[in-house]
Amino acid sequence: MAAATPKPPGGPAAPAAGHVPKAAPPSGPPDPPPPGDKTAPAFIAGLQQTLPGAVTGVSYWVGDWTIIVVAERIVEVAEHLRRAAGAAFDMCSDVTATDWPPRAERFDVIYCLYSTRHRHRVRVKVKVADHQAIGSVTHVWPAANWLEREVFDMFGVTFEGHPDLRRILMPEDWQGFPQRKDYPLEGPGELLMENPIDWLKLRQAIDEADIE
Amino acid sequence: MFDTDELVLNMGPQHPSTHGVLRVVLRLDGEKVVDADVVIGYLHRGIEKLSENRSWTQIILLTDRMDYVAAATSNVGYCETVEKLMQLEVPRRARYVRTILCELQRIASHCLWVGTHAMDIGAMTVFLYAFRERELILDLFEDFCGARLTYNSMRIGGLPLDIPPGWDKKVLEFCRIMDSKLDEYEALLTHNRIWLERTRGIGVIDGEDAAGLGLCGPALRGSGIARDVRKDEPYAAYDELEFDIPLGAAGDTYDRYLVRMEEFRQSLRIIRQATEGIPEGPIVGKVPRLIKPAAGETYHAIESPKGELGFFIVSDGKSTNPYRFRVRPPSFCNLQGLRRLVRGHLVADVVALIGSLDIVLGEVDR
Repeated sequence: MAAATPKPPGGPAAPAAGHVPKAAPPSGPPDPPPPGDKTAPAFIAGLQQTLPGAVTGVSYWVGDWTIIVVAERIVEVAEHLRRAAGAAFDMCSDVTATDWPPRAERFDVIYCLYSTRHRHRVRVKVKVADHQAIGSVTHVWPAANWLEREVFDMFGVTFEGHPDLRRILMPEDWQGFPQRKDYPLEGPGELLMENPIDWLKLRQAIDEADIE
Repeated sequence: MFDTDELVLNMGPQHPSTHGVLRVVLRLDGEKVVDADVVIGYLHRGIEKLSENRSWTQIILLTDRMDYVAAATSNVGYCETVEKLMQLEVPRRARYVRTILCELQRIASHCLWVGTHAMDIGAMTVFLYAFRERELILDLFEDFCGARLTYNSMRIGGLPLDIPPGWDKKVLEFCRIMDSKLDEYEALLTHNRIWLERTRGIGVIDGEDAAGLGLCGPALRGSGIARDVRKDEPYAAYDELEFDIPLGAAGDTYDRYLVRMEEFRQSLRIIRQATEGIPEGPIVGKVPRLIKPAAGETYHAIESPKGELGFFIVSDGKSTNPYRFRVRPPSFCNLQGLRRLVRGHLVADVVALIGSLDIVLGEVDR
C-alpha cells in the first residue's frame, strides 16, 4: 500500500490521491441525422411545408424520430401537429427538459407526443436560453399543464401563457432549480453534508426569524 | 333569498382516503365542489436527480421506490429503456418471465386498488378478500427473488436469476384460485345497489377530453379509447400472446371499475399462456461488463398497472451514469385529471374519484 501523502499544515486540503478530474461536460445532445435508408414519416414533411423555417433539424436514434424546432414557433408547431390529419397527435405523453450548461441556449425542452389514431410517436425539441420564455402548449394539450409546471419547478424555464405557473413538487418558497446540472446533489449548500448539526441550527434560526 | 359563502376545505395531506400524502384544497358551495386545487410533492425524494448520479445498474433499485405496489413493472420499464438505448437483444425466456412478473404485478396492484377503492366507498369486505389474494402473489415474488415489496428483480439484458423449480406450477395454481375469487369480488360489488349509486355517472369524461388531459391506462380505456402500450407498442413477449383490451363506454367511475375487473381476467389469460409457453434458453443476453450506452437519447414506454409508464433517458456516452433520467409517471398524469373530474360533484364523491384514478403517491412525487 502506498504511503498517504502528508497534508501541508494549515493550507487548503489537497485533492485526494487518485482523484480524477471530471471530463468536461458535453455541450449538447448528439442529435444524429437519420441514416440514408430511413425516410422520415410523412407528417414531418407536411410540417416543413406548412410552416417553412420552423423546423431546424430532424434526428433519428434507436427507432425514435425527433423534430428540432425554433423556440419562438413551438406553439404554431404544436397546433399544427395536433390538427393536421396525417399527424393527429392527440396525446402529449411528456414534457421535460435537459440542461447543457456550456451551451448558450442551455436548455432543451422536449415534448413526447403520441397519436391514438395513427399509433405513432414523435419528439419535438426546442432550445431555450436561461431567462428566455417560451410559449405554453396547455391550450393545445391540457395534459401539458402539470408537466410544464414541473419543468418550471425543476429547471426554471418559464412558459408564457400558462394558466397556473407555480412550483409543483418543491415548496413554494424554494430557492434554485434542483434539476439543473450546477445544482448540488446534496441540496442547498455544502454545510448540510459537512456539518448537519450546524446546518440544522442555521435552518432553525431562519425559521424563527421567519416566524418573528 | 339566502346567500351562500364558499367554504375552503383542506383534504389531506393526512387523510386515509388519499392513499398517501396528497392534499386537495376543495372550494365548496354547500356540499358541492366548485373547484379543487391538487397539491403534491410531499413525497418528493428527487429520484430523477439521484439517478443522474448513480451508475446504470444502481438505478434499478431506485425504480422500485416509485410505484411501490408494482415495483417489478418499473424495473422492467427502466431495463427495457436501457436495452433500447444499447440495442441489446433480450433472450426469449427472459422476456416471457418478465411478462409473467408484469402481469402478476398488475393483478397485485389491481387487488390493492379494488380493496381500497371499495373501502373508501364503504365496503369493508372486499378489502379483506383482495388482500388475501394479494398475499399469494407476494409469496410468488418471494419465491422468485426473496423480496415481497421492492424486488430489484430485473437486470439490464435479462433476469438476475432463473425461476425456481416448480414455480410455474405454483403460478398456474394461483391462476386457478384467482379465477374463482374474482367472481366473489364481482358478486359483492358489480350489481350492488349502493355501489352502483356511488359510482355510476360520477366523474364522467369523454374519450377526447381524457386523451387531451393526459389520462392513461384504465382511466383512459374507461372512456372508450383503445390505447394500451402492450398492444400498440409491444414489449417483452406481449406480441406473441393473445389478449383483449377491455373498453368502457360511459367514462364514469363505474366503467373504470369494470375495465379493471376485466383486466384481472385478461392478465390471468396472459399469465396462463406465458407460463405454459416459457421457452428454454439463457436468461441474460450478451451484456457488456461495463454498461455505458453510446451518446444518444430515447423514450420508451410500458403499460404499468396505472397506465403509460415512460422513461426518457439521455446518455452522454462518456460517463457511467445517465446524463438525464426522466420518468413519465402515469399516476402524475392521471392525478392531473382529478380537478376536471370532481367539479360539480359532492364531497363524498371526491374520495370515490381519487380511488377510481388509482394513484400511488410514491410515483406522483418521485
